[in-house]
Amino acid sequence: MRLASFGTAVDSTKPLNFTFDGMACQGLAGDTVASALLAAGVRVVGRSFKYHRPRGIWGHGSEEPNAIFDVSCGIDREPNARGTTTQLSEGLRVRSVNASPNASRDTYGLFDAFARFIPAGFYYKTFMWPDWQRFEPRIRAMAGLGCIDKVWSPKSFSRQVNSTCDVLVVGAGRSGLAAASRAAKDGKSVMIVDEGIEPGGTLLYRSRLIEGVSASDWLCETLIELERRDVRMLSRATAYGVYDHNLVCVSELKGGFAPPDLWRIRTSEIVIATGAIERPLVFPNNDRPGVMSAASALFYLRRYGVRVGERVVIASNNDSTGEIANAFRDAEAKVIEVAAVKDVKGRHGIEAVIDSEGRSIAADALLVSGGFTPTVHLYCQNKGRLRWSESHAAFLPGKPVEGMRVVGSAAGDFGWTVSAAWAAKPGKTRAWIDFQNDVTLKDLAQAARENYRSVEHVKRYTTLGMATDQGKTSNLNGLVAMAALTGRSIAETGTTTYRPPYTPTSLMAFTGVRHGELFNPVRRLALEPEHRAAGAVFREYGGWLRPAAYGSDIQAEALRARETVGIFDGSPLGKIDVIGPDAGALLDFNSYGTISTLRPGRLRYGFMLQETGIVYDDGVIARVDEYRFVVSCSSSHVQGVYQRLEEWRQDQFDPSRVYIHNATPRWATLTVTGPRSRQLLKELDLGLDIGLAELPHMAFVLGSFEGGPARVARVSFSGDLSFEVSVPLSKAVLLFHAMRRASTPLGGILLGLEAMMILRAEKGYIVIGKDTDGLTMPHDLGHTGPRDKRTDEFVGRRALFTDWAMGRDRRQLVGLAVAEGEAALPTGSHGIERVNGKLRSVGYVTSSYFSPTLRRPIALGLIERGAARQGDTVKFQYLGREREATIVAPCFIDPEGTRLHV
Amino acid sequence: MQLISCPFCGLRDETEFRFGAEAGKRRGTASSSAEEWANYLYFQGNPKGQTREIWVHLACGEFFMLERDSMTHEIHQSYCIRKEDQK
Repeated sequence: MRLASFGTAVDSTKPLNFTFDGMACQGLAGDTVASALLAAGVRVVGRSFKYHRPRGIWGHGSEEPNAIFDVSCGIDREPNARGTTTQLSEGLRVRSVNASPNASRDTYGLFDAFARFIPAGFYYKTFMWPDWQRFEPRIRAMAGLGCIDKVWSPKSFSRQVNSTCDVLVVGAGRSGLAAASRAAKDGKSVMIVDEGIEPGGTLLYRSRLIEGVSASDWLCETLIELERRDVRMLSRATAYGVYDHNLVCVSELKGGFAPPDLWRIRTSEIVIATGAIERPLVFPNNDRPGVMSAASALFYLRRYGVRVGERVVIASNNDSTGEIANAFRDAEAKVIEVAAVKDVKGRHGIEAVIDSEGRSIAADALLVSGGFTPTVHLYCQNKGRLRWSESHAAFLPGKPVEGMRVVGSAAGDFGWTVSAAWAAKPGKTRAWIDFQNDVTLKDLAQAARENYRSVEHVKRYTTLGMATDQGKTSNLNGLVAMAALTGRSIAETGTTTYRPPYTPTSLMAFTGVRHGELFNPVRRLALEPEHRAAGAVFREYGGWLRPAAYGSDIQAEALRARETVGIFDGSPLGKIDVIGPDAGALLDFNSYGTISTLRPGRLRYGFMLQETGIVYDDGVIARVDEYRFVVSCSSSHVQGVYQRLEEWRQDQFDPSRVYIHNATPRWATLTVTGPRSRQLLKELDLGLDIGLAELPHMAFVLGSFEGGPARVARVSFSGDLSFEVSVPLSKAVLLFHAMRRASTPLGGILLGLEAMMILRAEKGYIVIGKDTDGLTMPHDLGHTGPRDKRTDEFVGRRALFTDWAMGRDRRQLVGLAVAEGEAALPTGSHGIERVNGKLRSVGYVTSSYFSPTLRRPIALGLIERGAARQGDTVKFQYLGREREATIVAPCFIDPEGTRLHV
Repeated sequence: MQLISCPFCGLRDETEFRFGAEAGKRRGTASSSAEEWANYLYFQGNPKGQTREIWVHLACGEFFMLERDSMTHEIHQSYCIRKEDQK
């Protein structure tokens, strides 16, 4: 019921319409969903997780265990919104969760009658046989909270804000504001984050004198003072986690259905002024709707003018409730204070309270206060250790943690005297510990009987404190009960581990802008618009978005390049400059093959190994002059190769004598390949002679193009005559158009990566990581020279001489041929043999294509002892189907190289 | 998110850094025994508490010595490796 004369947070002139479980209700501007429901007289707001017990609103903050709703408006929807922290808005549709058809009449409510058959561990024990998977779907459908709307997508994305300050105060109550004020007066930059809709904490609804003035006056003056000193205040902002080196992460709710902002605040000092949370008292049926936190009842009365009952019983183990009793009397409620509660009558809302003497007191609300649990989560996340204080009946922060201070109620400075009054033994009627996950005193007793001792185990066995509220109201009552049941002290029993986040935090907050294309950003070619205009289909390769094909006929594309000329964008290929008098020595050390013997103007193909001897990358190295090399590693390994070169440079060499520069992003490379590629290149004005004599295979020259430098390298990935032309990015478009103009009369085409993959496989050229795996060494690929001949040290050398590296049964690169008329082998097919009736793999197919040049399928594979087994037939298996293939040399076309050396 | 001090660039977020190796580790060579080589490749001291490690600041590319606590994540100091050689 709403009282006209109360309510500092609501505007009684502005009514808001909303629905709860389809029923039309009215609230006021300023209401939360919880306050509006209480004002509307709604008592049952949801059903409990396991037994589907009717539940009412317990508290008024983020600790709320019961008031969880599915709220929506138009197409916007939020599942599992806490009614206590969700602000009411016009037209809001509020639905209870875990209840069907609605909270007051729930079909599964009959579960409660069978409660004695579903104790803690029931599901673990019962649905083991034959197999949990069978039961899971139906059990999941019955249990659980709100549902995700799979269609809905947010209109905006979570802002990510990074900030720093000298002092970050968490909690804008009395202690937090005082600490902020002092720090600001000392000239420090201060930020305050507070969960409440307005700053003030308990000052907003508790009346007391502070420094001689009323709480509301003190609050008002302090807030003005802080604003004058430029203290930044975030409201509805939860500091949900403390991370290394005083990084505090804060989720700031933005209202409506907008995703929260995520703040990452780095600070020199964190002041924890998070207050304390009121605990329930443990007595039979203490979960009935109408049993409520006493402080919260005062909060709703003073802030929203909502009187939660007319006949109010108050039960408490401390002296904080005197003010509450008086406030309700002032609000013309009948108030009775009792020492203890024996039971509660009324299923869908309290009708009577049975006191310790067994008297039945007619009541419609029971306000309880079982003491206060300091909110020490952030202190504990920051490796703080708690100590048990009997006089506070609470765990308090122990030794200070560097860079963090705990003040006010969070440090045990409640302002009230609490006498520990704990429920000792479970009786016949269930008494609730954890409202949200339906854990009762009986469940804890059972866990103790079954010899669960560690609180961490008890938590997981009974699910105590595992719900979305993470046991903010229940954990302490639970472990106090556990201590009594196991005959240990509370300090010995200890607490479970505090981990972030403090409250459930929307995944959208963490996603931020990392969604869609930004989830995994691709690198883009300078020529992307030109490729698109030419009809390219793009695909991601090693982080780069590259043309896969220009049209649908990849076979025709590959064939045309074999017969005429193809233009291929190879810009992502590595271009790492290694410069200096020791450049050759560094490259020798880094590479499998010797590089320093290369003559200027020449190229050499080779491998780089890991220290384990496994092939890391292949590529071509060019020597520009005595002191300058260019490492052209494969596109996806550029960063890795750059980093390893830098590491060896600093580790093994004099860094003043060799320098490494990754120039990859500054150059565009277009490759022309095919028998007419020289004709094409001659049409370009590169200022070069590119005949066989001037520019043989594996040589390169420096020319110019449109006033800039041009590097022309004769290197081939297709097996045909090819030229790689690299120009600065600014000339890429000009080069592309010049090449296309020249290629048209020659019958040339644009060549996508898929067709290029076919061409290279026909020639038996490998792709590292595709035709090699984490066990492949260079000698498995037929490159034994450096291993046998080199006497100097190089990366991975020792590993090539282990027993395993020199073993007989190594998987080696082979070509695979199938019988005439058969389809290509599926890539990934395993070669198999039977040993003692058991199937084992002898290797697998790494690349497989239909060759347009040969008009038959070709494949590459890694097969045990493959090099010595040419001509052998191997059985292959793929998805249960067996095929046969013959081992051949990995090069299918032009093994003599006549197409190359022209 | 830890803050690590690069001796050249100052305090930066840990995402800008990469672990290099435990300090004092010697690279094996062709004459290493199989056991020595395996030690070099695969075995780490992984001490609890005080550690001396080589890290690289990916922004400036420099490898440096980092002394830190693997338990508390406290960063004690970082310094240029080459200066240490000169000491």
